[in-house]
Amino acid sequence: MISASLRSWLLSDTPDSRFQARAGRFYLGWLTFAKNPLAMLGLIILVLLVVMAVFASWISPHDPLFGNLEDRLLPPSGKFWLGTDENGRDIFSRIVFGARTTLYIIGLVAVTAAPIGLLIGTTAGYVGGWVETGLMRLTDAFLAFPKLILALAFAAALGAGLENAVLAIALTAWPPYARIARAETLTVRGSDYLAAARMTGAGGWRILFGHIMPMCIPSLIVRVSLDMAGIILIAAGLGFLGLGVAPPQPEWGSMVSEGRSQILEQWWVCTYPGIAICIVSLGFNLIGDGLRDVLDPRGK
Amino acid sequence: MLIKSRRLRGLLRTLASVLTTLFGLLLVTFVISRLLPADPVLAIVGDHATEEYVARVREELGLNKPILIQFWIYLSHVIQGDLGQSIRTSRPIAQELMNVFPATLELATLGTIIGIILGIPLGVLAAVRKDTMIDHVVRFLGLVGYSVPIFWLGLMGLLVFYAKLDWLPGPGRLDFGYEDMITPVTGLMTVDTLIAGDMDLFKNALGHLILPASLLGYFSLAYISRMTRSLMLGQLSQEYILTARVKGVSEARIIWKHAMGNILVPLITVIALSYGNLLEGSVLTETVFAWRGLGLYITDSIFGQDMPAVMGGTVVVGAIFIIINMLTDVAYRLLDPRAK
Repeated sequence: MISASLRSWLLSDTPDSRFQARAGRFYLGWLTFAKNPLAMLGLIILVLLVVMAVFASWISPHDPLFGNLEDRLLPPSGKFWLGTDENGRDIFSRIVFGARTTLYIIGLVAVTAAPIGLLIGTTAGYVGGWVETGLMRLTDAFLAFPKLILALAFAAALGAGLENAVLAIALTAWPPYARIARAETLTVRGSDYLAAARMTGAGGWRILFGHIMPMCIPSLIVRVSLDMAGIILIAAGLGFLGLGVAPPQPEWGSMVSEGRSQILEQWWVCTYPGIAICIVSLGFNLIGDGLRDVLDPRGK
Repeated sequence: MLIKSRRLRGLLRTLASVLTTLFGLLLVTFVISRLLPADPVLAIVGDHATEEYVARVREELGLNKPILIQFWIYLSHVIQGDLGQSIRTSRPIAQELMNVFPATLELATLGTIIGIILGIPLGVLAAVRKDTMIDHVVRFLGLVGYSVPIFWLGLMGLLVFYAKLDWLPGPGRLDFGYEDMITPVTGLMTVDTLIAGDMDLFKNALGHLILPASLLGYFSLAYISRMTRSLMLGQLSQEYILTARVKGVSEARIIWKHAMGNILVPLITVIALSYGNLLEGSVLTETVFAWRGLGLYITDSIFGQDMPAVMGGTVVVGAIFIIINMLTDVAYRLLDPRAK
């Protein structure tokens, strides 16, 4: 899979450049990760999810938004693999297109919540004093809410809709990131390289954005990826309560809720979208466990 | 004397941080309720009210005052236990929350008890038999518990145990039509039916309780067993365990006395956190099981466009969360000899 010369370059004991050292360390981490079959299973699930989302139009055999009312609530068959819902829409096709919604939500939450946490955490850590106290108290106040309930309150105030759901989840997801960013900032605050940067005349913002934030990003990325499964479950929960996407867009949580009234007779309507949620969030959890094994030196 | 005063100072610091967090919580809910795109006055008076009436209600609600004054009014009301009036029922929200809270308490408490009784032994077993089949099964059970949407598992539970097997009654806290036969004393249906001395109704209440409580119990088990396993593994690799083995202490005593003694304090934190998580899980569980508790109250209020009620419920859940954390903190200080 990987050529011998590249391998020896990666595993060299005497790297010639910073890039080589980093790539080598990354490769070692990957070797540990790849040895863990469950983590690899998680990765495969993630890849399948992305493939499903990208090629949704090719994979799905039927239209996900419009069904034929003659095909209402049909059980799984050769034509409709996972059956149809009460509008005659193919459930398999809707699950395939729902992968897009899921990826869209977690992607958007990650790129919204992480920068908020990063900015608040690094500012608090770097500036210190009452700014730090104030920002960290705010962070604690947000952490004091159970995530789902705070997201519910935000989503209810903002109104239903995909973007509002994303915003609501992002507003509940940032506090741990702020804590991590602050902790990382505190470890570098007194370091020599920052003193050097200050001596060359770099201003506060430049130090914050150019010299502190990059130090926080690796641990932040790890933490965000560990949170993915939780974000999927909260998004599905909001969808289930009708605070997610607007119909007829397919979203797994709202698909479960649509099938609720027919659960006793047409069990497949709400069963399969739920299985999709389980598989994807399990995949992210498996990846997270694998990452933890790679990154936690105590695990050895 | 010195130790005592230091402990007292620690408690005072905990109390101060709890109060500031509560203040932050109210600030957050206040900001959310002002974020609202819809006009709260119109939600109360309706679309066809006269302009004078709208102005009067706005005046009564204090909405024409500066925002800081509004926050102050909100704060002083909440401190006096006044969470405002529900738009749907025009009744005090605090009263309504008091009425539904015992249902959630009953559910979350039984769920946590199930989680503790099963989760701790499973976690210990997995740690002791690390990398065996048992360990893999326990870890997998935990992982699934982290990955399954609780509302879906609830629906599946109803489908299997109620619809297909007919072992358990369906949604609700009692069979349809029975709910009015019980006068609420404690609000806990199982206790109230016992007080009423009606064994049939007690069995009925228990039957309704068992499925949602087991579901919450499963989620609590997933968390508790995972944490117990990792805490236990941390202890079993330490030298004092080796010393005990060399001295010939029996394995059971090493695990349940020596190692358990050391992980008990962090386990209390784990259990408290899982209790808080169950309050959260109860929102979706109660919706699925038509269980008239705090969670269903919040979601019903969302659908009823009753924002004051949503915010009231959110404040109460957040406050319970903070208080649980505070009690854990205090317990930690009292129980852990190193914290003294």
